[in-house]
Amino acid sequence: MNTLSVDHQTVAIKNEKSLLELIRNMGIELPTFCYNSELSIYGACRMCVVEIEGRGIVASCSTPPAPGMKIFTNSPRVQRVRKTVLELLLANHDRECTTCEKSGHCKLQELAERFGVRKIRYGERDLKLPLDTSGKSLVRDPNKCILCGDCVRMCWEVQGIGVLNFSNRGSKVQVGPAFNKNLAEVDCVNCGQCSAICPTGAIVVKSEIDAAWTALHDPTKLVVVQVAPAVRVALGEEFGLPAGEIVTGKVVAALKKLGFDKVFDTCVSADLTVLEETHELVERLENPADLPLFTSCCPAWVKYAEHNEPEFLKHLSTCRSPQQMFGSLVKKYWAKEMGKKPEDIFTVSIMPCTAKKFEITRPEFTTDGIPDVDLVLTTQELARMIRESGLLFHQLEAASFDTPFGFTSGAGVIFGASGGVAEAALRAAYEMISGKVLEQVNFEEVRGFQGLKEAAVNLDGNEIKVAVVHGLGNAKKLIGKIKTGKSFYHFVEVMACPGGCIGGAGQPVAVEKAVKEARAKGIYHADILSQLRKSQDNPIIAKLYEKWLEQPNSHEAHATMHTKYITRGRITGEDIQLLTSKHQQKLDVAVCVGTCCYLKGSYDTLQELMRRADQAGIGDQINLHATFCLEGCSQSPSVRINEEIVGGVSPEQVDSVFTSKILNRSQR
Amino acid sequence: MDTDILTEEPQAMIPRRRFEKVNEIIERNGKLQAVLIPILQEVQAEYRYLPEEILTYIAMVLNLSPATVYGVATFYAQFSLEPKGKYVIKICDGTACHVRGSDPVKDAIRKRVGLKEGCPTTTDLKYTVETISCLGACGLAPVIMINEKIYGQMTPQAINIIIDKLETEEGDAK
Ligand code: SF4
Ligand code: SF4
Ligand code: FES
Repeated sequence: MNTLSVDHQTVAIKNEKSLLELIRNMGIELPTFCYNSELSIYGACRMCVVEIEGRGIVASCSTPPAPGMKIFTNSPRVQRVRKTVLELLLANHDRECTTCEKSGHCKLQELAERFGVRKIRYGERDLKLPLDTSGKSLVRDPNKCILCGDCVRMCWEVQGIGVLNFSNRGSKVQVGPAFNKNLAEVDCVNCGQCSAICPTGAIVVKSEIDAAWTALHDPTKLVVVQVAPAVRVALGEEFGLPAGEIVTGKVVAALKKLGFDKVFDTCVSADLTVLEETHELVERLENPADLPLFTSCCPAWVKYAEHNEPEFLKHLSTCRSPQQMFGSLVKKYWAKEMGKKPEDIFTVSIMPCTAKKFEITRPEFTTDGIPDVDLVLTTQELARMIRESGLLFHQLEAASFDTPFGFTSGAGVIFGASGGVAEAALRAAYEMISGKVLEQVNFEEVRGFQGLKEAAVNLDGNEIKVAVVHGLGNAKKLIGKIKTGKSFYHFVEVMACPGGCIGGAGQPVAVEKAVKEARAKGIYHADILSQLRKSQDNPIIAKLYEKWLEQPNSHEAHATMHTKYITRGRITGEDIQLLTSKHQQKLDVAVCVGTCCYLKGSYDTLQELMRRADQAGIGDQINLHATFCLEGCSQSPSVRINEEIVGGVSPEQVDSVFTSKILNRSQR
Repeated sequence: MDTDILTEEPQAMIPRRRFEKVNEIIERNGKLQAVLIPILQEVQAEYRYLPEEILTYIAMVLNLSPATVYGVATFYAQFSLEPKGKYVIKICDGTACHVRGSDPVKDAIRKRVGLKEGCPTTTDLKYTVETISCLGACGLAPVIMINEKIYGQMTPQAINIIIDKLETEEGDAK
């Protein structure tokens, strides 16, 4: 058998890919920064060093085990190197630990403490780079970056986007978006997974705790709060309870003690989402061109689609996310019942998610110009408020949600895990299509942590093909297959975060997969414990339709709970200027060369336009530029002539567009 | 009509021709991620730097994230994201050149071409003045390099002669 020795102990080599894995399996917790089992090996931080007899110091994460190796994990040399690595990182790090958002959860702080770094032999960094506070969800502080590259690989390998990368060389290396832009200027979808994996405070969630306290202390405001499904199986972790433990009652109790006037359950609007979305699905089944139907509850996925898949936007369900449905119900109807104006009610959501912070700022989510949801706090932020207030979480007496948004079905709860929305929809679709009662409500095929889950479900003779993906990289792959016709589905659920909302970046820091698995288990357990398992059985939902919303997909339901999407460019910046006209009556013509339009031949469109302009001798009257997105375009390739956006301008179409829209406005 | 100092083509046509050239370069190299560096080299030869919007365009065509292209463009010293002049004057500031007075040479050059404090390139995009660590011609110290050509044993006076000559050639060409 193949063996090697670690600290004089003989161990068998199984199929470990690296020494790090092998040594950790022995129960020795080697320190790391740039190693993460979900990402590729980078091998740059040198924190994981061990000594191999005859070879010296190596990085264990990128060294495969070989028979006969004699390894030392704690030799004087290893100890020295580790300390040096830490000191060098710290020397280059803004060490304002006490005021850092990450304090207490920072890996650099933890390892410095664990290895007893008490002095730093190198000078301090004198450079202070500006913070990026442009986004609604995250704050980047490059002064705290240790260049481990975890966020770079997360955004690219898991999310398939690649917002962040290394730039420059030597001592000037930085990690950030292209051209030093801010996150709000690029195609960041606010999923926050980069912040969840960052070992330091270099990318953190934007805190809204102060604004929450201000609202709570404002006597003129009625402050209501909604709690998302995934929060109830994770908040306990912040107070020493095991992951996955269902702490719903304690969460409600804590929120009431913090001063929230009403505590409601987002699962109720998740139940509403199920009804609206399933109706939409059943309608679309009539017309195959409208399929597949993609879910729309994840705001990071929605923004991803807006940036990258303009042609698929019509396949996104028009349903608002449960958070936004809830906000809209509260401000539009419930406020009236309470005799309040929308602006006198302050709605807060407790979410596992950072993208929700962005979602509430979308201009369409307002009632009479007032935002439907005023503030989003993450699970972690709620934990901090509880600590701040001195409440002893484990001693809290369980309390229950307030009416009318207080009673949910199990289907509303499983929204918190990847596959949950699909399963909830299937539970409803079966009964809607067949008219029969569904006895066996569990759809195990769509549960779990596999990147792509597929199910073909027989709904009374109609086979419905369902796909579930989590992690936008998986969504990207799936869409590729749908585009080329390799796969066909009726219904596709997409969640941006690995594992679904339980793995959201607003949840307590959890690097190990086991934690997420435990949370998912908690979610499905909560489902089983529910009196009712199907959204359509929830009497509260029936009441809401009766009182306010008429019926699923009614005009009223649409106005309150549905939405539209926009196309978004991937990066803001200058256009490529091609012709600059000094003419008094110049015509401004922009041709989109963004991905979609380019692939549809917009470069040829551009060429053809210039050729026609030359031919007609009006080149000097046109201000022509190539742009990266016209935002609001409908059909590629798109061209904007002055203010008007014209879609579908293929090279062959140029002639007619040129004659009708350009030539007749020019002065010859 | 205004013409370009380099190519003599009508100023108004330059952006258009250059963009066509970019597309030609990409077509010729193939729309492959592996050829990013050769593409950047050729595009830089065309513009004398790498404009941001062109890098974005290249990223889009090669199906790379702009951050990746930016990372590559800032990693290699051969690439510049700032516009460079027609004449790039590199002043060696290696030990030998420094000791033999590269500083006064540099000051003379900057003054002669009329560079503003803190700017490496003249506003008419004619001259860029940079220092580099060692040109490897220490025997000729102090050394400067104008585009590809080396000039040794520089003095502030010699600078004026060399630049006069450049200017005359320029005038003749016109
Ligand atoms: S929030 Fe998500 S999309 Fe934005 S940079 Fe981080 S990982 Fe990438
Ligand atoms: S921002 Fe964080 S995760 Fe990204 S490279 Fe820097 S330290 Fe690593
Ligand atoms: S964990 Fe091995 S080099 Fe970073």
